[in-house]
Amino acid sequence: MQHIALGGIDYAILIIYFVFVLGIGWALRRVIRSSEDFFLSGRSIPAWIAGLAFISANLGAQEVIGMAASGAKYGIMTSHFYWVGAMPAMVFVGLFMMPFYYGSRARSVPEYLKLRFDEKTRGLNAITFAIMTIFSSGISMYALAKLFELVLGWSFHGSIVLSAVIVLIYIFLGGLTSAIYNEVLQFFLIVLGFLPLVLLGLKDVGGWNGLTAKLATVATNAGFEPGAWTHSWKYMDSPSHNPMGMEWFGLVMGLGFALSFGYWCTDFLVVQRAMAAGSMTAARRTPLIAAVPKMLMPMLVILPGMLAIGLHASRGGFLPIGSDGQPNYNLAIPMMLAHYLPSGLLGLGLTALMASFMSGMAGNVTAFNSVWTYDIYQTHIRPGQTDAHYLRVGHAATVFGIVASVLAAYSATRFNNILDMLQLVFSFVNGPLFATFLLGMFWRRTTGHGAFYGLLTGTITAALHYGLTLPRGAVPGIKGGFLGAVLHVYPSEMALNFWTALFAWTGCFVATLLISLFTKRTKTDEELRGLVHSLTPRIQEAQMPWYKRPVTLAVAILVVSTILNVIFW
Amino acid sequence: MRFPIGGMFTIFGAILTVYGVVSNPAIYGKSLGINVNLWWGLVLLVFGLVMLGFAYRAHRESKPNVTDSTSTP
Repeated sequence: MQHIALGGIDYAILIIYFVFVLGIGWALRRVIRSSEDFFLSGRSIPAWIAGLAFISANLGAQEVIGMAASGAKYGIMTSHFYWVGAMPAMVFVGLFMMPFYYGSRARSVPEYLKLRFDEKTRGLNAITFAIMTIFSSGISMYALAKLFELVLGWSFHGSIVLSAVIVLIYIFLGGLTSAIYNEVLQFFLIVLGFLPLVLLGLKDVGGWNGLTAKLATVATNAGFEPGAWTHSWKYMDSPSHNPMGMEWFGLVMGLGFALSFGYWCTDFLVVQRAMAAGSMTAARRTPLIAAVPKMLMPMLVILPGMLAIGLHASRGGFLPIGSDGQPNYNLAIPMMLAHYLPSGLLGLGLTALMASFMSGMAGNVTAFNSVWTYDIYQTHIRPGQTDAHYLRVGHAATVFGIVASVLAAYSATRFNNILDMLQLVFSFVNGPLFATFLLGMFWRRTTGHGAFYGLLTGTITAALHYGLTLPRGAVPGIKGGFLGAVLHVYPSEMALNFWTALFAWTGCFVATLLISLFTKRTKTDEELRGLVHSLTPRIQEAQMPWYKRPVTLAVAILVVSTILNVIFW
Repeated sequence: MRFPIGGMFTIFGAILTVYGVVSNPAIYGKSLGINVNLWWGLVLLVFGLVMLGFAYRAHRESKPNVTDSTSTP
């Protein structure tokens, strides 16, 4: 494959971006006086900044590249990850869960678990979360460096070292504040860098109608109805009618409920941004403000993939063919950049790709810092030290976190299967978490034993379900069915994942409920004030005009995302 | 916060606009014959300047309030 040649102006844009990123870290170094400043931005971030950082931390390179790849592979159905798999959960965390996260003054999600339940539940969550952030940051580093090597001919080691050092410097200097400010900068860069690509691509194929016509060919070639790539719901009646191999119930319950609420409502990577907000109202608004750009993101990340596969079908050979004989979907965005953008804007587009990667990595590293320092080091290794000591530990954790991600990236080059396996295990661990939070926040009777053993039960349920089922056409092993007997065959890998999450959630919910009923409460009502719904005073918003209340924004988001679903039905 | 955003996009916009004017028109064949550097450069320039304008206004308004240490840089 021929490499894309970059001009001097492209490098100039990339370098100016690096200068600004490092400059923000440098300018903020004096703001960091205490560990609270470093890990929580001193709880002083305005809602709009926290909101854009919330979405940007989620908008890592894997999201950008992966969603474009899914756009090419499955078409507009990929938007379910946004309008079904994000909107309701983001509204829920803002309206109903943020009062307890923010109101409890917990400094991290595991710390909330400690306040609400006990130390062992926190420890389980903290350790799995810490390991997971390191690996996901390493895997995305690996993916990006591989991509730059393939497309630009850059050295694999060079890309890794360069990006790791820059992220290291700006977090080391300015802590979470620096990461958040950079995430906002990166957000605008991603939007403004990819938008010309989408506009040019759409103009080239003749707008949405032209794209629909091209994708009809793609769909019929693959043996589906002509509209299978351009309708999000119409062909969800049966798994065999759509490229995703999903039917609507599994999608709504598995993705829209279990997976989506598990991620948006309990993942500290995103929740940390809202915890850093300046007030309770700002914290509640953070996920809601983030939901607005998230709702429109399919246009920026899914559409390029759809355009790429449309062009691939009509002009032939647009996407390079991989070793499995399928088009290499992961190259949709880079191929589009190279195809449409001349020197100049090409630099901007590649800088945007770099920015998406950095925001995702910085999100992982800052979340790792807090969990390591507060929930592991301060709790189990050396409690009762001075604040200055924990600030130093935070700095050290930044270096350690980044070095460990680099090592994870290199291990990905050698042990690809082991990393897949790890990700699988994490999905078992995370799947049930939302049930624990739901019961913990809304039922005061939930006990620490219930939460801990419920989580374990949920994880085991997920592993059992995965081990006893298989996606169609796969051999037993890492893809499922490793327990010997295969009880059920799902039409696609995605269907298997959605159902695994749903089983995990149900297992955890039922087990937590039953164990809680048979174990004694260890926390009194007084101790649970501010942590459980029925024991927390209602937030007074009567003095706020109606249009400023979080509820108003929440309703507007749900209405608009419903309309989007209907438009692309 | 608006200062760095405004500053960066103003610089990007200016560079791309100038490059759009001086560059060889032949490179715009791939972008459907449109001088995208020029046009998108202008868009970025306007976006950057508007952000800088907001930043300047917010800065001026927060000045009388010396105790306000939470203002964003």
